[in-house]
Amino acid sequence: MNLRLLQFKSLKSYIPLFSTIAVFFAIYAMGAVLYGLNFISLRVFLNLFLDNAFVGVIAVGMTFVIISGGIDLSVASVVAFVCILAAKLMEVYNMNPFIVMIISLGFGAVLGTTMGSIIYFFKVPDFLVTLVGMFLCRGLAYMVDVRSIPIRNETFVNLNTIAIRFPGGARLPLVAIVFIVVWFMGIYLAHFTRFGRNIYAVGGDEKSANLMGIPVARTKILVYTMSSTFAALGGLLYANYTLSGYAAAVLGLELDAIAAVVIGGTLLTGGVGFVEGTMIGVLILGLIQTLISFQGTLSSWWTKIIIGLLIFWFILLQRFLSRTPKK
Amino acid sequence: MNIITPVLQARNISKIFPGVIALNEVNFNLLPGEIHGLMGENGAGKSTLIKCLTGVYSPDEGDVIYCDNRVFFSSPLESSKAGISTVYQEVNLIPTLSVAENICAGRQPLKKGIINWTFINAHAKELLAMLDVDIDVSASLSEYSTAIQQMVAIARGLDLEARVLILDEPTSSLDEEEARKLFAVIRKLKNDGMGIIFISHFLDQVYEICDRLTVLRNGEYIGEYEIGELSKHELIIKMLGKDLAQFEYRSSKNTVNKKSDKKTFYRVKGLSKRNGVLPFDLDLREGEVLGLGGLLGSGRTEIARLLFGIDKPTTGNASVWGLSGFIKNPKQAVDKSFGFCPEDRKVEGLIPDLTIRENIILALQVKHGLFKYLSVKKQKEIADMYIKLLKIKTPSSEVSVSKLSGGNQQKVIVARWLAANPKFLILDEPTRGIDVGAKVEIQKMILEFKDQGMSILFISSELDEVVRCSDRIAVLRDRHKIAELCGDDISSSTIMYTIANANTNASANTNANVSVNCNSGGQNEAEVES
Ligand SMILES: Nc1ncnc2c1ncn2[C@@H]1O[C@H](COP(=O)(O)OP(=O)(O)OP(=O)(O)O)[C@@H](O)[C@H]1O
Ligand SMILES: [Mg+2]
Repeated sequence: MNLRLLQFKSLKSYIPLFSTIAVFFAIYAMGAVLYGLNFISLRVFLNLFLDNAFVGVIAVGMTFVIISGGIDLSVASVVAFVCILAAKLMEVYNMNPFIVMIISLGFGAVLGTTMGSIIYFFKVPDFLVTLVGMFLCRGLAYMVDVRSIPIRNETFVNLNTIAIRFPGGARLPLVAIVFIVVWFMGIYLAHFTRFGRNIYAVGGDEKSANLMGIPVARTKILVYTMSSTFAALGGLLYANYTLSGYAAAVLGLELDAIAAVVIGGTLLTGGVGFVEGTMIGVLILGLIQTLISFQGTLSSWWTKIIIGLLIFWFILLQRFLSRTPKK
Repeated sequence: MNIITPVLQARNISKIFPGVIALNEVNFNLLPGEIHGLMGENGAGKSTLIKCLTGVYSPDEGDVIYCDNRVFFSSPLESSKAGISTVYQEVNLIPTLSVAENICAGRQPLKKGIINWTFINAHAKELLAMLDVDIDVSASLSEYSTAIQQMVAIARGLDLEARVLILDEPTSSLDEEEARKLFAVIRKLKNDGMGIIFISHFLDQVYEICDRLTVLRNGEYIGEYEIGELSKHELIIKMLGKDLAQFEYRSSKNTVNKKSDKKTFYRVKGLSKRNGVLPFDLDLREGEVLGLGGLLGSGRTEIARLLFGIDKPTTGNASVWGLSGFIKNPKQAVDKSFGFCPEDRKVEGLIPDLTIRENIILALQVKHGLFKYLSVKKQKEIADMYIKLLKIKTPSSEVSVSKLSGGNQQKVIVARWLAANPKFLILDEPTRGIDVGAKVEIQKMILEFKDQGMSILFISSELDEVVRCSDRIAVLRDRHKIAELCGDDISSSTIMYTIANANTNASANTNANVSVNCNSGGQNEAEVES
């Protein structure tokens, strides 16, 4: 942790973040003890970033939505829609992959702005609006194609070969790099921009924020724009990662993203949260999966059980922390 | 006469809410370099006028003129950008952000496109230093008391570039010392040519710093006066539209001096809380008002919270109605028929979306238990009675509390606890933001309830008020109970004298150092002391 980041809040508010980091290392240590050097190899570590890139990117957007006091349930459907749309455009209509990317991101931005505007101007509850968005996008995805479309477009597939290579054969491919870049963008946004700080203010107390002269409307709407755009980016990453488009893909991914956000120390009540924490949360989810795949015999449902317990533990921790009395 | 053009002007402004005409053709002129008091009872329309001037509401009729231009602010953001810096009534800050950030939010200084945190913290410290507040600006706002939060809100408003500064009841939770610091600062701003609007129910403060006054009554414009041409008495008549009912209620207070037969029902010894209060002894007697005198931060609220079981004591012991043992949590306190009217109505008090009736009935219903449901008709009766008694200004008891003016909201929360009729009631700053007329009503009611046998712990930053209502006063300083006054010793000057001359080095574990001791319950007291 950079000390400059710590400067503007007392240490106490960082306890959830520290405990998230501690949990990450604890699981890592457990893997090391159980499976030795194989588990802590650089390759396994870097794969965490590759395998969880799309969840990670989405979780960054979700963190901001939750900090602002809202929720976005549409993200998984946006991923599915974008990835089948991209597949269809590239494979059936032979469209240039870069134009496809621009269309995809543009779709995300428009969808998010629309949902945000409805939430803000018509005062419809956020989970209802994004629930509509979720059904809409999933439906659109099936409209594009009900079958899975494999992606063979050369340019798009070759993006896979862009990577930072490390000695010993480990590599950090483009998808993972995008994830890390988005992560740092999120941190920058959260701590060092007015827009980022306004999100915290709006989530803390919307009415006061308005009286304090903070642009509440713009902030609230842009948060959804950002979330949907990141979801669309997540869709592109997923398409590149799996090299196929499938309308039924990533069912329930929005819940994984929310889980990562909560584990990362963000309060569902808004106003408090960390992008850094969310990312560790994503890595923790990935680590648990890796652990279970190393074990080999356990069913992958154990991942869910462990995640459930972790969330429970973090909620308890937050309850405990927010109960400390006034000075 | 030299003619100065007003910097901010309201011309014939009207604002209508469902069922209420909040403002009816109101005029207002603010000159540069003056402090202008905006006066009126609770619900007169002061805050509404401020909100119409600064773009929170748009007036239904009339014009706002700022620097000779007709303006239409559509949000507080616009008016603040134009140079009108406003501190609205309730403390409107973000509890989850740090103090420094609250001061700079929305206008953080950027350095190469990124927020300059070092500067923000330094700047916040600087602004607070102007008000003589020295706190850790990186801690989150919610960790501080209401008074500090109010100071932070004011510090946020002290934008030196602004041409107009509006302060809507900035001193409601400040003590005299802090108010004085604030006044020094705004006098300086005034001399630099800033126009300042000041709203307060403390007439003394208004007369201390204002140059001119505008009076509103019931949404109507009454007039504009030079401070010199209007005596306090005349001002009250203008505000209320009639003479102030004199404070004639005389209770049994003066008889306390002789040996009292009042029974002690709640006794604590050596109670203390780390970082809260040093060990203190306290006896609470039936049918008596015990005042807590002392400056802000002297531990008044902390004592109240300990007595009600909200905080856990670190040391000491207690007995309640003959049973020894602490009150461990508020539930136990409520079971023993205790009531607690908290200091911060926004956080721990009212439920803004419920109606006035529902809010008033809340504590009574809890006391009755959930299964003995009071009929709506009965609830209405009770609510209407208190609306009348406390002059809560509202079209009906079915209006949601969030629609009331600040002072009227405060009245609702006081009504809630009086309606519950507990045996022991803690009133922490019950008259905050309440106008002169209603204050007298509340004080009267306190004395009436006392005569009916209720025991009351009364906390107020206004010494006069504590003096007027209390039979006994525990004097606090620096989180330490330093004396107990009763009978003829009760006066503002004795309290101030006691606070000023208390020996801070006095050992914390004993009350032997009290300068004026109180031995009213002879028999009772002797028992304990042996
Ligand atoms: N948002 C609203 N909706 C409906 N009525 C309102 C609203 N805001 C204020 N009112 C009503 O307008 C009247 C004037 O309220 P205002 O807040 O301006 O009073 P005030 O003079 O500031 O009083 P106080 O001294 O108690 O703060 C009150 O009767 C209040 O009930
Ligand atoms: Mg007001």
